[in-house]
Amino acid sequence: MKGMTIIVKTITKFLSPLIILFGVYIVLHGHLTPGGGFPGGVMIASCFILLTLAYGKEIAYKKLKRSTSSVIESLGVLIFLILALLGIFVGGYFFLNFLPLGHPLKIISAGIIPLCYIGVGLEVAGAIFAVFLALVLFKAGEEKEKPQ
Amino acid sequence: MIFFLCFVIFLIGLYCVIVKKNILKIVIGIAIMEYAVNLFLILLGYRWEGVPAIVTETVTQAKFVDPLPQALVLTAIVISIATLALMVSLCIRIHQRYKTFDITKIRRLKG
Amino acid sequence: MLPLYLLLFLMILGSLVAVHTRTLLSAVISLSLVGLVLCVTFLYLQTPDIAITQIIVEIVALVILIRAVATGKEVSDIKGKKEVFSLVAVIAFIVIFGYFAYQALTFIEFPKFGYPLMRVSQFYVEEGLKKTGSANLITSVVLGFRAYDTLGEVTVLFAAVLGTLVILRGVGRKK
Repeated sequence: MKGMTIIVKTITKFLSPLIILFGVYIVLHGHLTPGGGFPGGVMIASCFILLTLAYGKEIAYKKLKRSTSSVIESLGVLIFLILALLGIFVGGYFFLNFLPLGHPLKIISAGIIPLCYIGVGLEVAGAIFAVFLALVLFKAGEEKEKPQ
Repeated sequence: MIFFLCFVIFLIGLYCVIVKKNILKIVIGIAIMEYAVNLFLILLGYRWEGVPAIVTETVTQAKFVDPLPQALVLTAIVISIATLALMVSLCIRIHQRYKTFDITKIRRLKG
Repeated sequence: MLPLYLLLFLMILGSLVAVHTRTLLSAVISLSLVGLVLCVTFLYLQTPDIAITQIIVEIVALVILIRAVATGKEVSDIKGKKEVFSLVAVIAFIVIFGYFAYQALTFIEFPKFGYPLMRVSQFYVEEGLKKTGSANLITSVVLGFRAYDTLGEVTVLFAAVLGTLVILRGVGRKK
């Protein structure tokens, strides 16, 4: 797996930080502009997918392993659940928006909603990239089994 | 009526699921049906001369389109990618076991 | 209204090509065409949230489906004998579905295109910014009023990914 040509590799080198930046922007501004945790998470995952396709699986595998992406996925679900459970201890019911709402149309507003979206974004990014790595790495096992 | 065209897309997906013999064609048919259902839900929430349901400094009490079907479809699209990956992984396993995608050749119960 | 009809006809055309073409790769690419046209349709229907999600998910789905197509040596479509049963089943499905669709669309409670009911949504539109503080009303529905739905969706996504990883794992099958 040597990856693609040098044109693709060079363009990927310049584009991948921008894609991650745009994904983080989409996640963090989910309560103000179109977007949110779901498309932002898929965008962050798609940046790693682009790296994997351009550079071959070894280099991208060094950047983010499958077990690491599974841990990120579980971490996202845990953040979401803990934020939901904190509502019980603070105010008495599930999914209570216990933080102050703040001034509307500002980046720090809407209580726990941006934090929830960060959790959802981590979960989606880890999930999509774990699935993609599983699909890509499966081929190696398939070739190993054939000679038997 | 615009809804009937949406139903036509759904029926094309249903036809693909029932008639085709290739597993990947069945997956493609299921994806087409998902598109049709998402489009139907969004079409139900459209309002004439509506604006996107986002409050800004200038747009406060305008005619928003219906935000509820959008919220449902937003999550459904992300689920569809995960189920698509699940179906594709099943297809790859089946191809590894039987060396074919033809569902008429996949008859043995035990591998 | 005319661009909407044109986009839907393009979607129908793309899905027909995706169903009837011989090679699997062109079928997958036609499916991707349907998804991208669907993204443009969402933009036309004033739903930028869904358009962003659709376009980015469509790209990832194209990558995953091409991975599946590259598995098999047989690229061409499988030509089976036309079974009478499946054709009869298709015709029966289409007739029943068409009947119920007609009945549903001419039902008196069914909203016309362009005039949504907004029974629940009127409350969301009016109170969303005040109660949740989120300017994006879709976010206020997803994580404010209907957060339980989102929790269930996250659970389904987690379960689907877990299933994929379990199906595709290489270790643990000792003979």
